[in-house]
Amino acid sequence: MKGRRRFLRDFLALLFTGGAAGSILKLLPGTAQAKEAARTGKWYGYGVSVDKCIGCGRCMEACKAENNVPKEPFFVRTWVERYVIRKGGATAVNTIQPGAEPAPEGALDKSILRSFFVPKLCNQCADPPCVQVCPVGATFQTEDGVVLVNEKTCIGCRYCIQACPYGARYLSPVTHTADKCTFCYHRIAKGDLPACVEVCPTQARVFGDLNAAASPLSRFLRMNKIHVLKPGLNTEPKVYYASLDGEVR
Amino acid sequence: MNQDLIRHLSEILPQIQGFIYPNEVEIHWGMLIVVYPYITGVVAGAFILASLVKVFNVKEVQPLYRLSLLTALAYLLVAPMALVSHLGHPGRFYEILLTPQTSSAMAMFGFVYAWYLMAVLLLEIWFVHRTDMIAWAEEKTGVMRFVYRALSLFSRDTSERGIAFDHSALKTITIIGIPSAFLLHGYVGFIFGSIKANPWWSSVLIPIVFLFSAIVSGIALVILFYMVITPLAGGKIDMKCVDKAVDFLFYAVIVDFSLELVEFIHRVYQSEEEIKILSEMLMSKLFMSLIVIQVMLGMILPLVLISVTKIFRQRFSLNEDLRKMLYFISVLLIQFGIFATRWNVVIGGQMFSKSFRGLTTYKMTFGGLEGLLYALVLLFLPVAVLVVLLKVLPPWKEMLGEGKGSEGGALPAPGA
Repeated sequence: MKGRRRFLRDFLALLFTGGAAGSILKLLPGTAQAKEAARTGKWYGYGVSVDKCIGCGRCMEACKAENNVPKEPFFVRTWVERYVIRKGGATAVNTIQPGAEPAPEGALDKSILRSFFVPKLCNQCADPPCVQVCPVGATFQTEDGVVLVNEKTCIGCRYCIQACPYGARYLSPVTHTADKCTFCYHRIAKGDLPACVEVCPTQARVFGDLNAAASPLSRFLRMNKIHVLKPGLNTEPKVYYASLDGEVR
Repeated sequence: MNQDLIRHLSEILPQIQGFIYPNEVEIHWGMLIVVYPYITGVVAGAFILASLVKVFNVKEVQPLYRLSLLTALAYLLVAPMALVSHLGHPGRFYEILLTPQTSSAMAMFGFVYAWYLMAVLLLEIWFVHRTDMIAWAEEKTGVMRFVYRALSLFSRDTSERGIAFDHSALKTITIIGIPSAFLLHGYVGFIFGSIKANPWWSSVLIPIVFLFSAIVSGIALVILFYMVITPLAGGKIDMKCVDKAVDFLFYAVIVDFSLELVEFIHRVYQSEEEIKILSEMLMSKLFMSLIVIQVMLGMILPLVLISVTKIFRQRFSLNEDLRKMLYFISVLLIQFGIFATRWNVVIGGQMFSKSFRGLTTYKMTFGGLEGLLYALVLLFLPVAVLVVLLKVLPPWKEMLGEGKGSEGGALPAPGA
């Protein structure tokens, strides 16, 4: 009797301490190790030349068409922001509407200091906060570094939407699950470019394997001064911007 | 496709101030997620009040002991309903229990909840009522007799040794229960506090602020229930008990208020990049709910009212009815204040853009799952559950002070 009781006690103690220690270790950024590990396979990244973007919005249209994104403006996987910075520092930002007539103001307006377009999309972070917070593991990082959502297991709690610092996620009104840019995973898996990259008329958008020695992306990274969005949050974005203005967040 | 949602979002569009990311128009965590931390807060707070009796031996509040345990249980049973109904796929909620991702704070919900319900609350309530249930089974006939038999898990032991074991078990459970109650609500705070993308939430103080506001709301609600139920049950309100409970409430409000003030000062003093948009939000969208309801009406006014009763009770022997009224107003105001606190955290955290350049707005609907009506149902459902619990496990003997034989915080033996 005594032996059995002691065994039970020890077993329970082991279960609790072991379980607690294990879960604490897991709670610590477990993905941090993945980030450091040397990668041999493909590791996808993306480049954006801010200076090349003309704000035509074809990327937005192509993305919606390619990925069946609802046409309403509240659900977007990629979008283009327009910045108008005036003398004195006042900054106005808006999201461009594809197909809309461009505003005639601009070149002649002497109060404008500088103005530019910034394409945005999921940053496919190497250390993605959305993956960390998903309670069921429905959002995950593939081996080649793309963050995807499994719409069959996503419960629609929207925690990932809250955790994304870039506003890249939305809840699909069709599937009622979280949705976001996939780098057009169905296309890149067979060697094609993401739709937005393919349609960009100025090659402001560049896609490629970060581990490849020679690719448009490695050239882009070699030839430009690079910045990422919100680097202070340590999410390690894999969307790299050339000539990014300090006003962009 | 949800046409209502599209229409709803289109109505919000013209009200957006400044620039927000296009996906940020929709407020994702609405009324239900405001209700959820409010409810778990009551659970944790009511349990802390109960443990004042058991662990810290505050005998004056003994009449509140069983009531606060049953209140905690009633609210805990309703808590997951708010969570499950806000999911995009409520039918998949079990995934969070079967295949939880251990790195997710939210996935811990199942464990924390189950632990608190099974290992703490149900166990404590069972041990508290065990001998009573045996006695009630003797008194009743028919179905109720069997119900009590079943509820007492067919235990028959009313020997002294058995009762002594109940007492020591209760002590242990409560001691485990206090950190568990802290865990339950501190954890709810952590869900918000650990989101580094959101500067309104991301703060180490959030779980602690949640905890103390939980204690405030729980104690205040149990006092409120006591003051309403006792006259209805034909008893007299024990002012010694209420005075003591209000004392604890008073200290808890002061701690809660100080913590929130410290956080506020810290934010303003550090003045990081988000400060401009946050102060804009505070002065426009959250002015009513934060400054007026949460701080002025929900904290400062009750503090003043309670202080008045404290100061004048000695000097002017303020009459008991007036004191009762002031207490009643205070605990009621505190409920609104704490609910506003939850609102400001949850909704406030989603009204400003993560680009820190603009604000969206929250439009409450009346019907539907995210609507006001359903939220009210969820808020009052625990009261209905509590009524049932009070019928099944009547605490009257203790609440109405008939079983005064219970010295030393011990429970009266059945029939005593």
